Amino acid sequence: MRLRSPGFLTIDEPRRLGITLVLPSMIIVFGFLLFPFCYSLVLSLLNYDLARPQDNGFVGLRNYGRLLQDRYFLNAVVQTAVFSSVSVVLEILLGVGIALVMNRDFPGRSLLRALIIIPWALPSIVNASMWSWILNANYGALNALLTQVGLLHAYKPWIAEPGWAMATLILANVWKETPFTVILVLAALQGVPKELREAAVVDGAGAVRRFFAITLPMIAQIVMICALLQMIWSLLHTFELVYVVTRGGPFNSTDIIPMRIYWQTFKGLRFGYGAAMAYLAALALLVPSLFYIRSAYRATVE
Amino acid sequence: MPAFRRTVSGALLAIGVIAIAVWVLAPYAWLIVSSISTKIDLLSVPLRWIPPHPTLDNYRSLFDDGQSALSQGMSFFSRSLLNSIEITFSSMAACMFFGVFTAYAVARLSFPGRKASLLLLMSSYMMPPIAIVIPGYFILKHLGLLDTQVGLILVDVTFILPLVVWIMRGFFLSIPLELEEAARIDGSSRLGALLRIILPLSAPGLVSAAVFCFIASWNEYLYAFLYTSMQARTLPVLIGEFTTKVGTDYLRMAAAGVVASLPPVALALVFQRFLIRGLTEGAVKG
Repeated sequence: MRLRSPGFLTIDEPRRLGITLVLPSMIIVFGFLLFPFCYSLVLSLLNYDLARPQDNGFVGLRNYGRLLQDRYFLNAVVQTAVFSSVSVVLEILLGVGIALVMNRDFPGRSLLRALIIIPWALPSIVNASMWSWILNANYGALNALLTQVGLLHAYKPWIAEPGWAMATLILANVWKETPFTVILVLAALQGVPKELREAAVVDGAGAVRRFFAITLPMIAQIVMICALLQMIWSLLHTFELVYVVTRGGPFNSTDIIPMRIYWQTFKGLRFGYGAAMAYLAALALLVPSLFYIRSAYRATVE
Repeated sequence: MPAFRRTVSGALLAIGVIAIAVWVLAPYAWLIVSSISTKIDLLSVPLRWIPPHPTLDNYRSLFDDGQSALSQGMSFFSRSLLNSIEITFSSMAACMFFGVFTAYAVARLSFPGRKASLLLLMSSYMMPPIAIVIPGYFILKHLGLLDTQVGLILVDVTFILPLVVWIMRGFFLSIPLELEEAARIDGSSRLGALLRIILPLSAPGLVSAAVFCFIASWNEYLYAFLYTSMQARTLPVLIGEFTTKVGTDYLRMAAAGVVASLPPVALALVFQRFLIRGLTEGAVKG
């Protein structure tokens, strides 16, 4: 007879064991993820203003109605769309380009492959602070570099001009996120058989032709996944970059949705209105997320 | 002509490689250079790229900022560093413990609710942190866990746990079922087989998941920023304060930024192979 140890270690029947093992995780994820998410929905239907508590109460969909007429919110939607779409396009184009170069043979290849992971591993707040320093109007390295090579006559206050503020934020974001694309695409490129490319060379296909006829079809799937993940990531997780570098300015030209929610809730103390904003943003994200979940679920479960 | 073409393409490749190396390294290199510069040298125009008077004063001032009376006998920086270390390792331990068992269950056992739990875990991807942050604040406040290490550990575990399950599940699925069955015929229980056969074989997965946990928890900013202040403030929060509070201090920001980035960067460089396998296996963003 086997020695029996106490507690869940002795459960061996798959149904009971499965439930026992999964339950704690589900309670944690449910309690601090799904429950707050539903709580948020309730908050969004309330007037919950800590600055004017006498008017608090259930208001139905009024917060959502107000949102659609709030020009600051609508501006934030536009800025978010610009920031995320330009970022993702650059992260994919640049990432695939870098991966193609790094897939060639050259001295120092494995070293460069190792170093490319640095921006990915860097804490995002360090990335934000670092770029805020590089972009500094009076002493920043970008101004120093561009004037020393003669591209710029006088130091430029990058983050004080609306167009440049958005452009430099995208630059900082693309710098940090592109390595993720590079790493995944490089891994996919390893799967492209060398013989196939060599055969195409023998047949006289040029580099461009080879890329579109052979390489691209084989990495297309991973590029799609990358694009979706980068899109979800940039929409959901961009806060500190904007908060540190521009604070949404100048003139709200970089005021993305997470910044707006932050101002409304934690500075304006309008918790109900902030929750409605967060919810509307979450609904907009449902589409790319569902695409991702469906493809990932298909790929791994079925 | 082929020889000429080869030289041209070789030169183009060289230019491409150098451009990539500069693009990847220059910004971070500038952070390191700034951290060992003196204020006068950094604020000179035209800027000199090699610091004429390298110094470790910026690092020293982090550990001795004269605030120890306010900060439990330590500098603000030491306190945050310690908070970050304690929170990161606790979250990592909890995530690995719960994550491994959950991943095993969803990978190997059939039980009612298996698909539902997988979906619940995956749906955590589309939860915008900013939508959870507000109710999360009330929950922590209600539990009396605002500005405590325990509160932040709980939050970190919530969003990192699905990541661990996802990665470990991929690794478990790649281990042949026969090995587990052989162990069970020899009289081992399911959990015995998990601990003695499956886990040792999934060592790369464990490393990968643990490094992901470490980096995710160590780098986390938004929750720590909103849920902690003087007592449980983590390193990222403090670094944010160097750049956003009145009297921006880029020198200390640079020094603290270098210290904060060393653990994740070193781990990523050392365990790169494992991380890439985890990234491709789990298709997660990390």
